[in-house]
Amino acid sequence: MTRRIPLHELAHARAGDKGDTSSISVWVYDPGDYALVRQQVTAERLKAAFPRLIRGDVIRYELPGLCGLNFVAQNALEGGVNTSLNLDAHGKSWSSLLLSLEIEVPENRRCDDGAR
Amino acid sequence: MLRLGCGAGFSSDRLEPAIDLARDGRLDYLIFETIGERTLAFGHRDRKADPTRGYNPQLAARMRGVLAHARANRTRIVTNMGVANVAAAGEVTIAIARELGLKGLRVALVEGDDVTSLMAPDTVLFDHGNRTIAEVKRPVAGANVYLGIDAILPALETGAEIVITGRVADPSLFLAPLVHHYGWRRDDWPLLGRGTIVGHLMECGMQITGGYFADPGHKDVARLADCGYPIAEVTPEGDTTITKLPAAGGQVSVRTVKEQLLYEVHDPAAYLTPDVTADFSNVRLAEHGADRVHVSGGSGRRRPETLKVTVGFDGGWLGEGGISYAGPNAVARATLARDSLVERLGRHKGFADHLRADIIGVDSLHGTAGVRATGEVHDTRVRVAMRSADRDAIETMLWEVESLLCCGPAGGGGYRGQISASVITHSTLIARDAVQPTVRVLTA
Repeated sequence: MTRRIPLHELAHARAGDKGDTSSISVWVYDPGDYALVRQQVTAERLKAAFPRLIRGDVIRYELPGLCGLNFVAQNALEGGVNTSLNLDAHGKSWSSLLLSLEIEVPENRRCDDGAR
Repeated sequence: MLRLGCGAGFSSDRLEPAIDLARDGRLDYLIFETIGERTLAFGHRDRKADPTRGYNPQLAARMRGVLAHARANRTRIVTNMGVANVAAAGEVTIAIARELGLKGLRVALVEGDDVTSLMAPDTVLFDHGNRTIAEVKRPVAGANVYLGIDAILPALETGAEIVITGRVADPSLFLAPLVHHYGWRRDDWPLLGRGTIVGHLMECGMQITGGYFADPGHKDVARLADCGYPIAEVTPEGDTTITKLPAAGGQVSVRTVKEQLLYEVHDPAAYLTPDVTADFSNVRLAEHGADRVHVSGGSGRRRPETLKVTVGFDGGWLGEGGISYAGPNAVARATLARDSLVERLGRHKGFADHLRADIIGVDSLHGTAGVRATGEVHDTRVRVAMRSADRDAIETMLWEVESLLCCGPAGGGGYRGQISASVITHSTLIARDAVQPTVRVLTA
């Protein structure tokens, strides 16, 4: 049996911008969750989850030693800081957008994992 | 062991924690990184309007705060606060040194990053679908090459206490003191890679000491309001411990360091600077006591053949107007306000394509991604944003938003409108030998 929880319960993230390209790094709190997150949060899933926002390719780099994933999404900032009319033209809050994706975890997973 | 501190990670970064570092940090070098692509374009604009401006607007306050401590503690300062006017930044610094009685203080100025005169209509912008400068169809505000340690080292070799640059690659501000102090070879790529990682970790200031990290209940940070700037203790082999002043708020942990490690990084194995192709992919992090994180395992390969240039263009005007709705049925009233504004503004020729209307509290940041606030929202704000080369068009838009104070749905309040100058930046590449940086020294 599984249940779905936001990625925010399992990982933290930071987003940066270069032109119209957004880069978002994601880090699991517990190394035991790395395989699960790596399996479920793929480049394809990120692009498919927000097709109107992420218009270009998404590449995912893996840092297994640090239990991190780095997503680089092209044409994902509504034109970027040059032309975007989004209040958050740098897409700094895309980190929180990514953390809103849901992850399927085993039903019996302890719920105090993750934070702290 | 060389101790580097960071006293600013961007143009408007906080002042007092930098003074704390200068006074109590026992630093060899205090580094202020203050340039972004846009602040640089604004620097060009400011210098055009007034030849005595165009450097970092907070330079005087920062120098006034740290110069005496730096001299007392034999801490050298390296900064890119020269932005688009290194000469003026140098003169202001000398004037402040005299005012503070710091006789004989020397300031080395690194110039030569302004390559505006080398830009041509057929210069190709690699980040803009290889279009040319002419095809952008906007006036060029200025163009600056990212200089590296080759430009900064001669300034450090003068022995001047202060080094002021314009555009240099951010990590180079930190790598240059390491190369100067330890005599690292300029083609020892793994070592330069490790030094660049130190620079990358440090260059955003508090982004590694718990600033921009806190997420209550998930990532708690003690005394965020008094967060300290970072200190790097670097060995001759390029291994590093990141820490902060014990009295400062904030946090240095493996988690804070991880988030900064890949900030604005694409391929972790190929981070390009003028100095090296740094490789972050095998970096190891370990907590060695409270607020101390040891960083090892970085590497690097040969530096890129070409240098990157940022070209700034006049971007016209950005206007933003807003009006708020709260209480019962707030979202419905805000939605009606937005629809009514979009309908009316759409009647003006050319407005519709350059306009955006959001409801803050519901769909402003993640609306394009298709995410809307769920549950009842009782406090909202309609925000209309518009870009135009025509300032009058922006004024018209703001007038329309303000008119809702009488014409709009019930209970709208708190209209504000603002117009700001906008810049557009693109990038091109330039041969290394097209650029000849210079160094000169001023004495107080």
